[in-house]
Amino acid sequence: MIQILHKLWRNHGGLHLDYHKEDSNAAPTKHLPMAEELIIPLQQHSGYKPTLTVNAGDYVYKGQELASHTGFMKVPVHASTSGTITAIEERPIAHPSGLSDVCIILKPDGKDDWGNARMPTYPDPSQVDGEVLRQRICAAGIVGMGGAVFPAAIKLNVHDNIPIEALVINGAECEPYITCDDRLMREKPVEILRGVQIMMHIIATQRCLIGIEDNKPEAIAAMQAAREELGDQRIAIIPIPTLYPSGSEKQLIKILTGKEVPSGGRPATIGIVCHNPATARAIYRAVVLGEPLIDRYLTITGKGVAQPCNVEVPLGTPIQHLIAHSGGYTQKKPLPSPPLIREGSQEGSYSSPDKGRLGGVSLIMGGPMMGVSLHTDQIPVVKATNCILVSDIPESEQQPALPCIRCGRCAEACPVTLLPQQLYWHSRARDFDKAEQYHLFDCIECGCCSYVCPSHIRLVDYYRFAKAEIRTQREAKTKANIARERHDFHQERLERAKREKAEKLAKHKEQAQTTTDDGKKAAIQAALERAKAKKAEAAQTTTGETTE
Amino acid sequence: MIFSKRTSPYVSGKQDVSSIMRQVLYALIPGTAVLIWYFGWGILSNLVLAIVFAELLEWGMLKLRQRPIRPFLSDYSAVVTAWLLAVAMPAFSPWWLIVIAMIFAIVIAKHLYGGLGYNPFNPAMIGYAAVLVSYPVQMTIWPAPVDFSFAQISLGQTLQHVFAGSTQGWDALSAATPLDAVKVSLSLNKLLSEIYATGQFGLLAGQATWGWVNLAWLLGGLWLLWQRIIGWQIPVALLGTLAVMASVFWLIDPQAYASPLFHLFSGAAMLGAFFIATDPVSASTTPTGKLFYAGGIGLFTYIIRTWGGYPDAIAFSVIIMNMAVPLLDYYTQPRVYGTKQGQRG
Ligand code: SF4
Ligand code: SF4
Repeated sequence: MIQILHKLWRNHGGLHLDYHKEDSNAAPTKHLPMAEELIIPLQQHSGYKPTLTVNAGDYVYKGQELASHTGFMKVPVHASTSGTITAIEERPIAHPSGLSDVCIILKPDGKDDWGNARMPTYPDPSQVDGEVLRQRICAAGIVGMGGAVFPAAIKLNVHDNIPIEALVINGAECEPYITCDDRLMREKPVEILRGVQIMMHIIATQRCLIGIEDNKPEAIAAMQAAREELGDQRIAIIPIPTLYPSGSEKQLIKILTGKEVPSGGRPATIGIVCHNPATARAIYRAVVLGEPLIDRYLTITGKGVAQPCNVEVPLGTPIQHLIAHSGGYTQKKPLPSPPLIREGSQEGSYSSPDKGRLGGVSLIMGGPMMGVSLHTDQIPVVKATNCILVSDIPESEQQPALPCIRCGRCAEACPVTLLPQQLYWHSRARDFDKAEQYHLFDCIECGCCSYVCPSHIRLVDYYRFAKAEIRTQREAKTKANIARERHDFHQERLERAKREKAEKLAKHKEQAQTTTDDGKKAAIQAALERAKAKKAEAAQTTTGETTE
Repeated sequence: MIFSKRTSPYVSGKQDVSSIMRQVLYALIPGTAVLIWYFGWGILSNLVLAIVFAELLEWGMLKLRQRPIRPFLSDYSAVVTAWLLAVAMPAFSPWWLIVIAMIFAIVIAKHLYGGLGYNPFNPAMIGYAAVLVSYPVQMTIWPAPVDFSFAQISLGQTLQHVFAGSTQGWDALSAATPLDAVKVSLSLNKLLSEIYATGQFGLLAGQATWGWVNLAWLLGGLWLLWQRIIGWQIPVALLGTLAVMASVFWLIDPQAYASPLFHLFSGAAMLGAFFIATDPVSASTTPTGKLFYAGGIGLFTYIIRTWGGYPDAIAFSVIIMNMAVPLLDYYTQPRVYGTKQGQRG
């Protein structure tokens, strides 16, 4: 079939990188033996913690809910296999600051038994009400699997007043090294497309654009073949030029539709909903097969592992287990890492933010441009884990930061058309108002600017710092506001009470005065009148009552 | 296992400050080679003296300012400044003239403003302008260019001249540059056709020497463009404005105004367009800002060359436009994704 050429738009900037995709994308996806224990963090999405529904010592079936999702922005987690809950305790999780969080520790019994934990199935979702399907997607614990982990059901909850023009599927996978979506699109294209059809049904759109970077010809071919198989003319598979970061949601939407998501807005405001292929497949499995999200495709790669590959593993599998089954680390002893120094550093000195970069092996969750560096391989695979990258960048390649030479390369590379150098300047000077005026919060932290900077300034670090700082200030401000309001209210009340008291007192005095003065008579007169009026009133009410 | 904790991105591009500066130096080679062909030891002595003084001053200032020496001294930025000054100053410049120029460039224009990256003015041009206003005689007398000049003036003579100020047997060799010649002649109410007829104007309506030199700078500049060390905006806008201005007046009266070709290929036009105005630190950083910035330099260069008191004007024009950079940068911010035009920071 002749693919009708789809018009593409171009974003500002972007980078051609060394992709290293062939390191891991050649072999079919592997399934590994079950790990000794699974570590399932309670919260694996952006939002609020779900409520635990199991206790230590409980036996759970595969797919059984471990924490429930009733409430706003809550997403449940499920048992990835059958076994016993041995503990519910704090364990290190994948977080930039190396935090620990509540995890459910599951000791698999090796039976992988679903029991009756599978949810009812909808073999023909097109006959089911969209809202019901959305509830199912939520109950299946599905979140955006490209890394943003936003609850999928909420993203699919669109307002009637903005009709959705198109569903965009983000198969760009623009970060170097990562190939799990590539493999998934090659191996499960029909499942992805059926998931896509379910989403289109829920958001009531007649158009789906699937953008895939043209360095993945096999994935494009497989998806096209699957589309032929389903014969769905509403879906278009669109190869896009390979240019980092085309897989960033806003950038991809521009490339495929020419529309820009307004600053601070969501794609839905311009009639677009964007999802990842892995999310689409998870939705298919949840709706048609009744399976919650309990495993995922991910890439294990980098110079630091012996056999880079893709695997499909249960959520909660410790990274250590993955590495052990990918031939282990190539370098056995990582160098000790010096403490990460960030603020108040001097350019050109070796105690710059670069200090944290010194050292041997790094363990990264995600890609080399935007991933999170982990301090231990005891951390489990979660819904967001698309890649485990073990890099060993030798120390000699790390250079100290020099002052900005205003070369403008960062601005040339920025896909958002920001002026990274100005942002850096104001963030560094803690002039946060200025930084915000320069659209700090439109920065997607793609790392392009840091990558090209000839002075090796860790630009994104400064933006992260400034954003965090502004958020903290804002929170403090809201808190202060609330406190002030409360205080003002309290004060107001006190004052009112005082005022009323004073008024009362004044009245009393006045009355006292009138009584003592020549008004005595008048007062008596008034009292008499009052008594009379009361009597009349009472009479009226009684008559009223009787007549009624 | 415990791993080193870092922040993204974990990879970085290949360009760094010193590699950029090195490429600029490579690109300076063709033009410098042509100059050496015509002026021999005179250019080499300029270069050596300028670089030595620049590095010494840089080192001293870093020490005084208690900054780390190694990363800054190895960034080649002082060498680039020195090189630009060495080829802009007349060949056989006396050592003290070079020292003064370098002090203005490195100490005053660069380090007193905070060092690399913080200087609002182009250091080389501050150095050049400072000695030009202070020592106009020494700065405008170039020796007459001769093919393979090494044969004419020996190293010994050069050293004597540069360090002892000896001018034995030199008078015959000094000559005005074409820009100078045109300016002086025009002020004597001669017609350009008469001036050209004197025979020293060959290639590209300029003196042969300066035509070749400018062509060689152009060559190096194109290489910089091709290597993406510089963007197209600055050279195109600078040369374009200069050419447009020159064309307009030349068409009005070709006997009183030199041709655009003459303007493009004489003086420091090409050196300025590709190597001086493109100094990132003191130039505008936004794409539109660069167009205005370089256009302004072209405009002022023409005005000063034609009606001002100095034969060439790149230095002054660059300094003037350096002052406009903050304003240009502010008003030429590009439109950010997802925002409307004109939401300025
Ligand atoms: S790339 Fe680096 S040196 Fe160049 S302008 Fe940006 S921050 Fe400054
Ligand atoms: S990290 Fe932010 S400022 Fe830097 S290139 Fe990406 S979007 Fe632009």
